[in-house]
Amino acid sequence: MTENRISNDKILLSCQSACIGYDNKIVVKDLAIDIWERDYIAVIGENGSGKSTLVKTLLGLQKTISGKIIMHEEVKNNGIGYLPQQTQVQRDFPASVYEIVISGFLNSSKRTPFYSTGQKKAAYKNMELLNIERLKKRCYRELSGGQQQRVLLARALCAAHKLLVLDEPVTGLDPDATVELYENLRMLNQELNMTIIMVSHDIRNVLIYADTVLQLKQSNWFYGTTKQFLNTDYGRKYFGGNETCN
Amino acid sequence: MQLIFEMFTYPFILRAFEVGIMVSLCAALLGVSLVLKRYSMIGDGLSHVSYGALSIAMAFGLAPLKVSIPIVVIAAFCLLRITQEGKIKSDAAIAVLSAASLAIGVIITALTTGMNTDVCSYMFGSILAMSESDVQLSVVLSIVVLIMFVFCYHKIFAVTFDENFAKAIGVKTSFYNSLIAVLTAITIVLGMRMMGAMLISSLIIFPALSSMRIIKNFLGVVICSGFLSVLCFCIGIVISYRYSTPTGASVVIVNLGVFLGFCLLAKRKDKIIKE
Repeated sequence: MTENRISNDKILLSCQSACIGYDNKIVVKDLAIDIWERDYIAVIGENGSGKSTLVKTLLGLQKTISGKIIMHEEVKNNGIGYLPQQTQVQRDFPASVYEIVISGFLNSSKRTPFYSTGQKKAAYKNMELLNIERLKKRCYRELSGGQQQRVLLARALCAAHKLLVLDEPVTGLDPDATVELYENLRMLNQELNMTIIMVSHDIRNVLIYADTVLQLKQSNWFYGTTKQFLNTDYGRKYFGGNETCN
Repeated sequence: MQLIFEMFTYPFILRAFEVGIMVSLCAALLGVSLVLKRYSMIGDGLSHVSYGALSIAMAFGLAPLKVSIPIVVIAAFCLLRITQEGKIKSDAAIAVLSAASLAIGVIITALTTGMNTDVCSYMFGSILAMSESDVQLSVVLSIVVLIMFVFCYHKIFAVTFDENFAKAIGVKTSFYNSLIAVLTAITIVLGMRMMGAMLISSLIIFPALSSMRIIKNFLGVVICSGFLSVLCFCIGIVISYRYSTPTGASVVIVNLGVFLGFCLLAKRKDKIIKE
């Protein structure tokens, strides 16, 4: 919901009165939002408000209960880059940084079993972009939390160059690494024109970077620019309205 | 050296080498993925199912491999389904399945042939058990398993490392999970005549665990486990010939030795890095 939208910007993803939930239990009701190119959306809400369910639905890991989610051709063809919450299995996995980053290309190499030279080059480019090229031979499990997240981000970049979905990317990172990750995301959003959808608990920081807020609350939701969000009752109560955040 | 030449004059040992090398290679490659996906016990469960299937085949006088391969493949599918749907915890499901099929196998043998040396050879393996047609089938199937593994290697990596991500970018994860299960099932049936139902799962787990002690990338671990597995098998069979020990158990002991050695090596490496 950038105010200065360019005329040829496209709607990448459009939820049309989508009811989202699991086991036929609705968590988010009648979600109707359009996500445009170059949007930077923060998804916030309490635990259990349906943030992770929303992410899974957007990624196509589960279906909507009713209504539909329409994706632009480019998203359908290129897929969605996904930065998952870290799981326990990954922590002791013997894999080098390079192996993980290049595995992002698997969607586009459906027909051939091996990676092409172009894909290898692109993987290096993405690693350079996030400043992890010197770590390429290191073992993933020996990296710091911030470095691990950047590796997964590079993998997500290999998978898609339009739309990124991040599920609590800064949880467990120290303050420096957190800021660094946010700066990386800002660069991807502003310089590479990527659309970013980020689930986060780190609301104060998120409001500085994101231009749009999707707040999920007990089967209800709010969607608007960060300014509009700060002027809601909730925004005023917890973040002191528009003044604290420019 | 003379000992090895002497061994190769026996055709049954030659057959054992052929099958053993192929099967241990397959088992080790698949094992890396299984261990990392926390599915180590699947191998154990399937080998018990395989025992049940073999005893049924023997009771009806059918060819053992041709009967047990489909049964074990179906069991592998069921285990995977149950695990993914999460209604029963996977370790409980495996325990139930393996105990049940062991029981069925034991009852069938008791009612028909009775507990004889044949049964013992299923349990703990015997290199005498392989017939010429078994050997051919085993070698062909092992080659199929190897080719499938190489062609799907990158997908298998993705599914093993991060299933949700793979699914999100459009990899058919349930297909590759099933593929891993089917290949594992085939490998287990092929290997169990020689290694025995009780010991075959070690062929899957040990090489992967040993390699993971010292190697820190996936490809390296896969290659190292394949190499270790074949090496341990060869040493094991030589020991078994020289000291007349059971083949399966000898191979397991060699694997155990290598694993302990690698553990020590890894500890030492850590110490050096710290200093």
